[in-house]
Amino acid sequence: MNAQPLPTTQARRSRIDPLGALVSAVGAAAVLWLPFVVFKPNRILPGDPHALAQVLPPTAAVGCLLALALVALAALGVANAWLRLGAALLGLIVVAAAVATAGNLLTPAGNKVVRVAPGAGFWVLLVAVGLMATDAITRLRPRPIVRVLMLALFGAITGLALALGVFDHLSVMREYAVNAGRFAHEARQHVWLALGSLGAAVIVALPLGIVCHRVPRLRGGILGALNVVQTIPAIALYGILMAPLGALAAAVPLAARLGVRGIGAAPALLALFLYSLLPVVANTVAGLARVSPAAVEAARGMGMTRRQILTGVELVLALPTILTGIRIVLVQNIGLVTVAALIGGGGLGVFVFQGIGQTAIDLVLLGAIPTVALAFSAAVLLDALVETMQRSRQP
Amino acid sequence: MISIENLSKQYGATTVVDRVSIDIERNSITVIVGTSGSGKSTLLRMINRLVEPSGGRVLIDGNDTAREPAHLLRRRIGYAIQGNGLFPHRTVAENIGTVPRLLGWEQARLRTRVDELLTVFQLDPTEFAGKFPHQLSGGQQQRVGVARALAAEPALLLMDEPFGALDPIIRAKAQDDLLDIQRRFGTTIVLVTHDMDEAFRLGSRVAVMSRGRLLQYDRPAVLLMHPADPFVSQLTGLADRAMRLLSLTTAGEAAVPDSSAAPGNSNRPAIAASISLRDALSELVWRGADSAAVIDANGAPCGQLTVAAILALGRPR
Repeated sequence: MNAQPLPTTQARRSRIDPLGALVSAVGAAAVLWLPFVVFKPNRILPGDPHALAQVLPPTAAVGCLLALALVALAALGVANAWLRLGAALLGLIVVAAAVATAGNLLTPAGNKVVRVAPGAGFWVLLVAVGLMATDAITRLRPRPIVRVLMLALFGAITGLALALGVFDHLSVMREYAVNAGRFAHEARQHVWLALGSLGAAVIVALPLGIVCHRVPRLRGGILGALNVVQTIPAIALYGILMAPLGALAAAVPLAARLGVRGIGAAPALLALFLYSLLPVVANTVAGLARVSPAAVEAARGMGMTRRQILTGVELVLALPTILTGIRIVLVQNIGLVTVAALIGGGGLGVFVFQGIGQTAIDLVLLGAIPTVALAFSAAVLLDALVETMQRSRQP
Repeated sequence: MISIENLSKQYGATTVVDRVSIDIERNSITVIVGTSGSGKSTLLRMINRLVEPSGGRVLIDGNDTAREPAHLLRRRIGYAIQGNGLFPHRTVAENIGTVPRLLGWEQARLRTRVDELLTVFQLDPTEFAGKFPHQLSGGQQQRVGVARALAAEPALLLMDEPFGALDPIIRAKAQDDLLDIQRRFGTTIVLVTHDMDEAFRLGSRVAVMSRGRLLQYDRPAVLLMHPADPFVSQLTGLADRAMRLLSLTTAGEAAVPDSSAAPGNSNRPAIAASISLRDALSELVWRGADSAAVIDANGAPCGQLTVAAILALGRPR
């Protein structure tokens, strides 16, 4: 009856992309009203804001703005996901090139004191094109391996740009230049704390999850206790662990020699380990509960031993769910390790807290940006792994 | 082949199986039938010790099954269940090869066996060996489940409501296939079902269970004609018992030599020797004929059947 108006609305809806409208509006506002870079006489003094059009030479500024307008048009009106991805990447390159150029132009030759920091406008633009790119990738539904390759390509290009010194005149890279030696060490420490606590947690949580699955009476108690641990804030947990670990180190010299102390890596590792338990145990229980009872019954009936059933049937079938738990833990740990710096645990959080202490926001970013990149990469990698497993054996 | 002696199972104060004794012959199909909660599945599962008996014992070829580790016992006994229980993460070939691999078969022998079984179950090995269970239809999954149970050439196959999840047409086909398989491999089969038609169709002997007790264990015709308990006649059905009885005999078995008194009667319909008397009677009623010529698979005459003779066979003897 009322068939006529429907196609019209649909056509109108498809002409302007809602997300594209949001991204374009936010991006335009950022270009117009927010500072693209902030020029500071030194690392802690507040600086002068500069708009995008001010810092670049006129031709470059016009080219840059035209390119961004093109990206906005694509975001608004192009339906093809590949084209949208291409436009988003163009936007990303333009924004990155603009900020690098601004850094080079504003820094007097040979001057190592002034700081050119990316401003709010830059960050908002970065988020806008990043959002557009991830949205385009979601629409493309690439296979897991393709997503990992995209991540690797992005990482390689970024790494190459950093290695070539493209961004060397930006404030964050200045901080890096000063802290290069410590950065590698703290980054390694960060990854080691996140992965080490995860590894230890998996070793303990898997059997715990299996016990919870096999003995339903214990399930409530174990999951309840781990839930309580999960509710303690990270800093409080570090504090709670200081006293017993300190006492242990004082009482047992061997423990102290192994590095167990009230502060440092030991309580950090222990706290992260405790936080990691619940997601892995809970997902192990959930994964095992989802295994078809008929498959287990058939396995028993055919003469598989309990261990063969556990390793060959139950755990294999529960693996995607368990890996989902591991993904949660890894991403969570990469973030939580940052706090470990407070108790001398090291990691990229060292730069964050030093930066806060010195009111040097660039130093904070030197710790924060790699942390976010690490968490993001871990999430993409493990998501791809989980999806690959689920694809090969649908329930 | 199998002697079940005074087998019992108690869970706390409840007795699920109560002193059941059955002797099962080699190369036969024995069907255990009963309502839900009758203990029929528990009885079956005590044969391969998925359930450990509380009392009594099971002898296979004279050997007490309790003397052997349960998982080794089970590898010698085929086991197929409702909903097939296929491993979703393994291919059809890997599923079928489960027990042979547990037994350490060589790769070549295993592959030959898998291909043979797939062919027997009308699944083209080149097409199906590499598929995953979720890529198969329900009937195909069920066939793979039975093929897996037969993979290591067990002399005994236990089946727990194997066709329960199938629709009627596929189920009838699966039952025919099972009869073929049994003849081909000579496997001794013990099958549990709640479906009386299935029991009569497949069972050379039928055990009727109720509330943990064995009420009667005999040939299907005896169950119909001489029920040992009111429950047995209730389960076998009173209204159509004559028809059930007729369905147990084939036309070929009941045919008598042609009197050749009416050689010129060419209107007489011909019926196949392999169909049941029930179907033969139906055919005669439909055709309005008093008698039929019985012909074998090659079309050669092997006697005749009259309506009166069929009706006589539908009465208890």
